[in-house]
Amino acid sequence: MAVEKEKLYRVHLMVCAGTGCVSNHAFEIKEALEKEIKRRGLEKEVKVVTTGCNGFCERGPLMVVQPGNIFYQMLTVKDIPYLVEEHLLKGRPVKKLMYQPPEEKTPVPVLSEINFFKKQVLVALRNRGLIDPEKIEDYIARDGYKALVKALTQMTPEEIIHEVTISGLRGRGGAGFPTGLKWQLVRNAISPDNEKYLVCNGDEGDPGAFMDRSILEADPHSVIEGMLIGAKAIGATQGFIYVRNEYPLAVKRILIALDQARYYGLLGHDILGTGFDFDIRVVRGAGAFVCGEETALLASIEGRLGEPRPRPPYPAEKGLWGKPTCINNVETWANIPVIIDRGGKWFASIGTATSKGTKVFSIVGKINNTGLVEVPMGITLREIIYDIGGGIPGGKKFKAVQTGGPSGGCIPAELINLPIDYESLTAAGSMMGSGGMVVMDEDTCMVDVARYFLSFTQDESCGKCTPCREGTKAMLDILTRITEGKGTEEDLGLLEELADTIKEASLCGLGKTAPNPVLTTLRYFRDEYIAHIQDKKCPAHVCRSLNVYKIDPQICFEKGHGCDVCRRNCATDAIIGSKGEAHKIDQTKCIKCGVCFDVCHFGAVKVE
Amino acid sequence: MPKLTIEELEKLREEARKTTFIREQGQFRAKINVHMGTCGLAAGARHILNAFLQEIEKRGLTDVLLTTSGCAGLCSREPMATIEIAGQAPVKYIDLTEKKVEEIFEKHIQGGEIVTAYALGIGSEKTDLS
Ligand SMILES: Cc1cc2nc3c(=O)[nH]c(=O)nc-3n(C[C@H](O)[C@H](O)[C@H](O)COP(=O)(O)O)c2cc1C
Repeated sequence: MAVEKEKLYRVHLMVCAGTGCVSNHAFEIKEALEKEIKRRGLEKEVKVVTTGCNGFCERGPLMVVQPGNIFYQMLTVKDIPYLVEEHLLKGRPVKKLMYQPPEEKTPVPVLSEINFFKKQVLVALRNRGLIDPEKIEDYIARDGYKALVKALTQMTPEEIIHEVTISGLRGRGGAGFPTGLKWQLVRNAISPDNEKYLVCNGDEGDPGAFMDRSILEADPHSVIEGMLIGAKAIGATQGFIYVRNEYPLAVKRILIALDQARYYGLLGHDILGTGFDFDIRVVRGAGAFVCGEETALLASIEGRLGEPRPRPPYPAEKGLWGKPTCINNVETWANIPVIIDRGGKWFASIGTATSKGTKVFSIVGKINNTGLVEVPMGITLREIIYDIGGGIPGGKKFKAVQTGGPSGGCIPAELINLPIDYESLTAAGSMMGSGGMVVMDEDTCMVDVARYFLSFTQDESCGKCTPCREGTKAMLDILTRITEGKGTEEDLGLLEELADTIKEASLCGLGKTAPNPVLTTLRYFRDEYIAHIQDKKCPAHVCRSLNVYKIDPQICFEKGHGCDVCRRNCATDAIIGSKGEAHKIDQTKCIKCGVCFDVCHFGAVKVE
Repeated sequence: MPKLTIEELEKLREEARKTTFIREQGQFRAKINVHMGTCGLAAGARHILNAFLQEIEKRGLTDVLLTTSGCAGLCSREPMATIEIAGQAPVKYIDLTEKKVEEIFEKHIQGGEIVTAYALGIGSEKTDLS
């Protein structure tokens, strides 16, 4: 891995190669750029750089031109020749490839002026779009491993822990445990042979979450540097990064980063000549949600079945192979170098009284700007959903947002001004979780949402403890019954009773939090449950078996002239009528598939 | 140079910055803007651009930014470049040659002294990058 001397180029084209953009053909864009640059004889002036996730996934494939910070979006291979000629040869940025906010008439050329980026504060994602994740030199150029030098040469373990403690950093993996305190516990813990371990939790199994994957893909050295600093603080010589094998790009980039760090002696023996030893191994998980739970994860690293065990003892006391083990989340680790470099006080100046710093969220679902964002703690849901997220597509109404993944809860539209911090989210019945946000609009059925999340946890329950294994199954059966119109009045009470028991009696966090989506939807959207049970109706028309399809004879006849399309498309011959006359549905034959509704051009088919 | 010492790490950082600094959004000591309209290109703006690039690279500077823009409107005097030292009014240079670039770089950008013989006017326009 010899290092060639880099040449100076006048332009760097920063092409996003996060998983989202890659699946949108980012590498084809890169090839097309390189080909065109060569054809125009610009290869000594312009360089194409691939970066990790830029965040504005909705608009991929993306590219940012530096200098100038000019943001290009939704690129196609056929745009490239014009782009190269205009922008790179003639110095004229191309307006039609820039982002134009839906409500505005002119595009916004510069990335930092785009609303999606404006309110973001980048700490964990500090190198976003600015480095090639496969080049350690790029990370080093942006102050990489500077905090490590400081920690190794100017700080005692106690001073490092003190800095992390006053930063107020809390674990970003879900529970929000104070990181400084955890480190202190592991440091104080006694190991018979002095061996202690350090683990990075990159399991990330929640549906709709991709924060940790993006960090590992975009800036693996930020995690490695954080772990090195943690290792000195707690006195560990071996670390593990646990990452699911379903994240191939993340695995590839961490492995490259580890090799590069070893090459430069930033991992291994006598790091930077300071006498400090530490190395990291990558362990690939098979993608079970429960393996994100710390004790299950540790079992999985040891090569045992990925099942949780009762705590205490906590991993800080008895972790990997019975030794004191410090386990932190990917984003937690990525924050550490900045805290050491800029100071805990600086970090604590961002956020609220009890939730310090920033948090990375992945925003998905019914939202205009799907993507990855980092915002200061205390920002309101409104700011995330409307200012950054650009609101709900198709002019629909915002209904709710699920935070905290399947362990979290649904926060309703009335709480849109809720500040995002650990305590507010918990008080609302949800939780911070690892940072997935699933946005829902008025067309979403909340009973169906609760059923979806519960079916996920029920599926992922490892089955070791009865409350979780049997309880989630019983709850899921009830929910399924309700969505089929077979629910009874007693079901709601039964759901709440089961939920309480499962929360109380389950072995690990999976069971303890699994009822949350049901409890929050019962709390905020009880009327929807009641509509399903009493009126046998799904207000959002999502639960198919509760829908009744009818044809408005007047519209069918006057507007559609009995076009007959619905009858020809009906799989069960449930539609009566012939061309030119108003049609009708025979409810005894209708299987509620909704095809007639979808194919009618005149809006004559109604759903109730 | 595997296995870095702390000093070597800092050196590596300095070296790496010499090629990545153009991605940063911070303040630059000086900005050079070469006009690349059809007229400029025909008159040899690419050579001028590359001459500036080489000057920056040769000196290993990380505080001088090179950018381009379209036609500056004075097609008969191309190739042209605008040089803006932070806090000072921009200066437009006309009828540039590679030799003139060398001199302007040394005197104006490095020495802070405007080369009036090649300059058009002072304070006529700001570059579009702020
Ligand atoms: C079912 C379940 C799944 C979990 N999944 C993850 C995960 O994917 N990533 C993660 O960092 N923490 C996950 N956790 C939390 C971990 O148990 C642990 O609290 C965390 O890794 C500690 O790191 P932190 O203090 O930096 O957050 C999960 C917990 C439970 C109960």
